Amino acid sequence: MDKNMMRKERIDRGLKVRTEGIYAISSYREILYLLGPRLLLIVGIIALPFLLELAPYWKRVINIMCVYALLALSFDFLANYVGLVCLGGALFTGVGGYLSAIFNVHLGLPIYLSIPLATVTGSALCTALLLPCLPLRGVYFAIITLMYPLLLTRVIEALDILGGTNGITGLDSFPNAYIEQYAIIIMMLVFLFGMRRFVNQDIGLVLRGVKDNDQSVRASGINVTHMKLLAVFVASFIGCFSGAYVAHLYMWAGLSLFALDFSIIPIASVVIGGGGTLVGALIGSFILVPLSEILRAFGSFRIVIYCAVLTGFIVFKSEGIMIYLQRKYHQFERWVKV
Amino acid sequence: MEILIYGIINSITLSLLSLGFALVYSISRVPNFAHGALYIMAGYITWLFLNKFIAFPYPLAIILAISLTSIIGALIYRFILIRIRGMEISEIIATYAIGLAILEGLRWGGLRGMTFTLPPFVAGSIQICGTNIDYQRLIIVGAGILIFALLYLFTHFNKIGLALRGIAQDERAAMMLGIDSDMTAIISLAIGSGLAGFAAILLLPLGSIIVEAGYNVLIFAIAVCVIGGLGSWGGTVVASFIIGFAQILTEAFLSSHYQMVVALLAIIVTLLIKPSGIFGKQKELEERV
Amino acid sequence: MSTETVLSIKGVSKSFGGLKALSDVSFDIQQGDVFGIIGPNGSGKTTLINCITGFIKPASGHVYFKGKEITAWQPHKIAHVGIARTFQIMRPYYSLPAYKNLIIPLWSPRARKTGGWRGGGKHGDRDTVAVDILEEIGFERDSRVPYKLASALPTGYLKRLELARCMALRPEIIFCDEVFSGLSMSEIAGMLPLIEKMKMEGITLIMVEHRLRELFRVANRVMALNFGEKLVEGEPNFVIENKLVKEAYLGSEGI
Repeated sequence: MDKNMMRKERIDRGLKVRTEGIYAISSYREILYLLGPRLLLIVGIIALPFLLELAPYWKRVINIMCVYALLALSFDFLANYVGLVCLGGALFTGVGGYLSAIFNVHLGLPIYLSIPLATVTGSALCTALLLPCLPLRGVYFAIITLMYPLLLTRVIEALDILGGTNGITGLDSFPNAYIEQYAIIIMMLVFLFGMRRFVNQDIGLVLRGVKDNDQSVRASGINVTHMKLLAVFVASFIGCFSGAYVAHLYMWAGLSLFALDFSIIPIASVVIGGGGTLVGALIGSFILVPLSEILRAFGSFRIVIYCAVLTGFIVFKSEGIMIYLQRKYHQFERWVKV
Repeated sequence: MEILIYGIINSITLSLLSLGFALVYSISRVPNFAHGALYIMAGYITWLFLNKFIAFPYPLAIILAISLTSIIGALIYRFILIRIRGMEISEIIATYAIGLAILEGLRWGGLRGMTFTLPPFVAGSIQICGTNIDYQRLIIVGAGILIFALLYLFTHFNKIGLALRGIAQDERAAMMLGIDSDMTAIISLAIGSGLAGFAAILLLPLGSIIVEAGYNVLIFAIAVCVIGGLGSWGGTVVASFIIGFAQILTEAFLSSHYQMVVALLAIIVTLLIKPSGIFGKQKELEERV
Repeated sequence: MSTETVLSIKGVSKSFGGLKALSDVSFDIQQGDVFGIIGPNGSGKTTLINCITGFIKPASGHVYFKGKEITAWQPHKIAHVGIARTFQIMRPYYSLPAYKNLIIPLWSPRARKTGGWRGGGKHGDRDTVAVDILEEIGFERDSRVPYKLASALPTGYLKRLELARCMALRPEIIFCDEVFSGLSMSEIAGMLPLIEKMKMEGITLIMVEHRLRELFRVANRVMALNFGEKLVEGEPNFVIENKLVKEAYLGSEGI
């Protein structure tokens, strides 16, 4: 027996233990410990456009980054809190974007009506499209969501509806640059903190129960298909909002709204950023999207890189950045002799 | 008459595309979303052997390409999927990512435009019952029937083939009889990828090798398998005939643009009416208590 | 104890491929019974529960709850009318703490309709009610146990958690699938008062058990199954003396 065997010991930090329950507001140190990271995120992301005042190209990138962050948020929620793996986030962006275009261009509604309406009707439509596979095993959901964006692209192309390959042009843009910038940032933060609240509410717990053991949920008298329906509606709500936003950002709704990027980058963001933490989805996309811009010169090779990294993370079961950071923040680790 | 002939050709084409996917899923429960990617990759490898390297004779290039694709399929399992076996979510994401990496990698590596073609085996066409049919299409039908017969014989009379069927029916029981589930999965992925390659070298001479076709193949394979019932080989064949004829009929009476619409509608209708597919077993849909 | 028949099973059969799991099983359960179902392994006990509670569709036969036919209903509907069940292979919600596990049944439409256990479901704060239920079951209230993640609890606590999950629904019938298995004598001794308490609340219990001595202490009627067929039904001591039942457990040469 090797007498010098070491093991890793993890103990909660004193400050963390002192912040349980009511003691969290007992002094500034505890409050800061809890609020610090959250404030950092909120202040950081709101201040970012000002910091990049001299680089308008990168200000645009922030908008796209938040869009992908929202899609990653919906993927994380569905996959890690409800157990449904959605391989086709592009379905939500496509439906949201095209609907927004229809409301704005064909029906003449102003932008502050077309985006909310597109979000709501889009979610209803996506939920209806995904409804048939909800009572089935998880594999079916993955297959169907994978297939829908690819199929819808080809259907639109073949039937030449909704503008065909040219798409629908002439969407209104945002009334001013600040609204364009901050609408998505604010909504991203709202959805993030809203979802964190949601998954800890009673109804969120039921959804998490569905992921862990849906037979037990059935035996408790709850219709699991209805619960999954609710979850898909919430996730597509977030996704369709991003789609509607993107359509108005580019003032165009075309086949690129169903692009693979909208499906694969959220998945990669969640895996890299830490699945199950909701914040990890945002962190992941904050890393991946600027990276993607930098690698733009490589063309399709970007996707190869994402996929390779994604596979690496999944296979080697890496926990993701956020989980690693949380662990470091909340706990001491040290090597002790066995 | 024309519709009958083209219907048969189209159906056999679809079943060639889908059988690889169905086989892999039924035996190792891994949905191989890299199926379409392996298809295109096989075609591209054949093209490379024919054109880039010293000009290989066509049959040798084909054999090499199919073997390479099978080996790559087996390697994917051995080095990547084996570590996440059993975790459905991770398997799905991993195969999807690999497939995407292969396809987009090929696109970056130069597979753009319509210039990549494979020559047909026998040029020319013949007249059957008043319709013009390429020799290549006849070969497709013939080869398809041949491969189905081979697969049937293999899985009913060969020890390894029987082991594959055993694992497909009940994994635990088969393992208790000494059948190595991992080895079987490697073999099934090799055969499935090989089938994808086989389909590729048969079908790609009809058109050109383009990356988009990889996604189309994946869509059709999934559509056929869902409709026929994930895990049922007979169902796959029957479903490919149903969709094959449906597509030909819409092409004849409406327009050829509706092929994809047919696939989409067929999937939705199946999910609404009989979600487990034609020959699927209902109990497989929900977890056992 | 009233003699109203709450559950009536008639001619239920189920086959899995070539295996006949259940053959024409029929029995009636009165209100307030503690009904035991015994039989060697593979006799179809769990399949019977699955068929009655909707997790498996019986090939033939009927199930009546208080006169209403509930055959082949969906599991959540059957739970909604008041028939709860535990699972033999326990799977609590591992990612949630123990008391949060009970939020799910307390959130269900049935708990909202009937008020849940002790009226908590309707107006009470579900967290408090959950901890109350756990305390009744035997989790020590002031310790960390109710707040631990379900993945960290030992079997004894998990079995009780399963029962708590059923209780939270305020059911009329509970199917207990091998609740005593895997427990030590002291843990079983801790569960017996719980069963008495449920009897007093008027809940009808149907218990599938292997541990006959403990079962016979609480059960007032027992039915024996073997190879999917009903052998005999009646008082516990009568059933255990029956020749067929002895043969089923001990083999014909052991008699």
